[in-house]
Amino acid sequence: MPLRPIEYVAAKTVQEAVTSLAEKGDAARPLAGGTDLIVQLRGGRRIIDRVVDLKAIPEMNELTYNAQTGLRIGAAVPCYRVYSNADVARAYPGLVDAASLVGGIQIQGRGSIGGNLCNAAPSGDTIPALIAHSAVAEITGPGGNREVSVEEFCTAPGRTVLQAGEILVAIRLPAPAANFGACYMRFIPRNEMDIAVVGVGASVVLNGNTVTACRIALASVAPTPVYATAAGAALVGKEATEDNMNAAAEAAQAAATPISDMRGTAEYRTHLIGVLTRRALRIAIQRAKEA
Amino acid sequence: MAISKTHVRTTLNGEATEYLCEPNQSLLEVLRDVLLLTGTKEGCNDGNCGACTVNMDGRIVDSCLVLGVEAEGCKLMTIEGVATPEGLHPIQQAFLENAALQCGICTPGFIVATKALLEKEPSPTEARIRHWLAGNLCRCTGYDKIVKAVVDAANTMGGKK
Repeated sequence: MPLRPIEYVAAKTVQEAVTSLAEKGDAARPLAGGTDLIVQLRGGRRIIDRVVDLKAIPEMNELTYNAQTGLRIGAAVPCYRVYSNADVARAYPGLVDAASLVGGIQIQGRGSIGGNLCNAAPSGDTIPALIAHSAVAEITGPGGNREVSVEEFCTAPGRTVLQAGEILVAIRLPAPAANFGACYMRFIPRNEMDIAVVGVGASVVLNGNTVTACRIALASVAPTPVYATAAGAALVGKEATEDNMNAAAEAAQAAATPISDMRGTAEYRTHLIGVLTRRALRIAIQRAKEA
Repeated sequence: MAISKTHVRTTLNGEATEYLCEPNQSLLEVLRDVLLLTGTKEGCNDGNCGACTVNMDGRIVDSCLVLGVEAEGCKLMTIEGVATPEGLHPIQQAFLENAALQCGICTPGFIVATKALLEKEPSPTEARIRHWLAGNLCRCTGYDKIVKAVVDAANTMGGKK
């Protein structure tokens, strides 16, 4: 089925994109990789008059990493660029796990991390990983610039904190502490090309075998990705033992409000949260020890 | 809404190629309906099956999820750019010899995707091949023959170096 007629604007600057989007309000939508947007337009799930392509804006394509200041990912940077960069892959293993399993190679060549966040699917794989890495969204709009932590960015399925005319410009991840490790994993019935039944992102900082910081976030278990603060807190100040990981996994289960649908029942999802939280923590801890 | 056509300049299969398209036409529709290059197939039209895979600036993409206007300035390669006047590409030959196709609808996408893999990684493992081709669906072969063909093509292409 062809797309409804649309107007295509290739913005050259962030300001031009903001102006072009603000003119049309809800009838305009920014375009990065298009791997969600074009599907939604074709299926009639989103009806708009204008797409504003962000890919010609230099800032939107920047991927910069500095060991002191951290990582800045322009909102249109496709997934493959994140896992193709050796420095980034070393410093942000949880994000690399997620970027490597969004769709297949064709999707990763085009779909952006920023788009995955703005699409705000409860199952968006990169979102729990971004939360585990303490990422912050840089937003520009008609009213100026603001920043929102990624755990506060999604407000409902497909909805975000972005107001009319506002766009995500970049996602910033702080430089990892010494002895930092992270992991994202999901459960799907096949190996590739599927939507998470449950996804878990976890990060830890170790001092010896003691966990000094821990963040755990979940996908596909609530209307938005969930930052399970109590689950991370359950491990802080504790030894990285199986018993303590079990306590964190139970807290993660308690933070979720899963539904039953064609991908799994609520009970099954709750079980998976426990299993995946323990597994993701084990890998994050192992990576922290090797860091 | 009256929207005029956009003039798009690309390099398609090594040749400077210009076309006019409307902003709501996908690159797949442009290739098939405007440029009449019908080797690229439409399968699911939503990014799941990979039948419409083309190479865009060195990366494989689903052309159903790209707007024709987005290809401005891009280097594109489709299945029509794989064989030469001298004959089939070794990947195409390997697909034939290994019976890696039956109905053939998925084949152009598999071959374009395979070419991108082998140009980057000349000797991929079987696991790597299966992972790389996960975005291409085949409902006939059961995949084993496709994977064998890719291994075979990798060996042939490696042997020619």
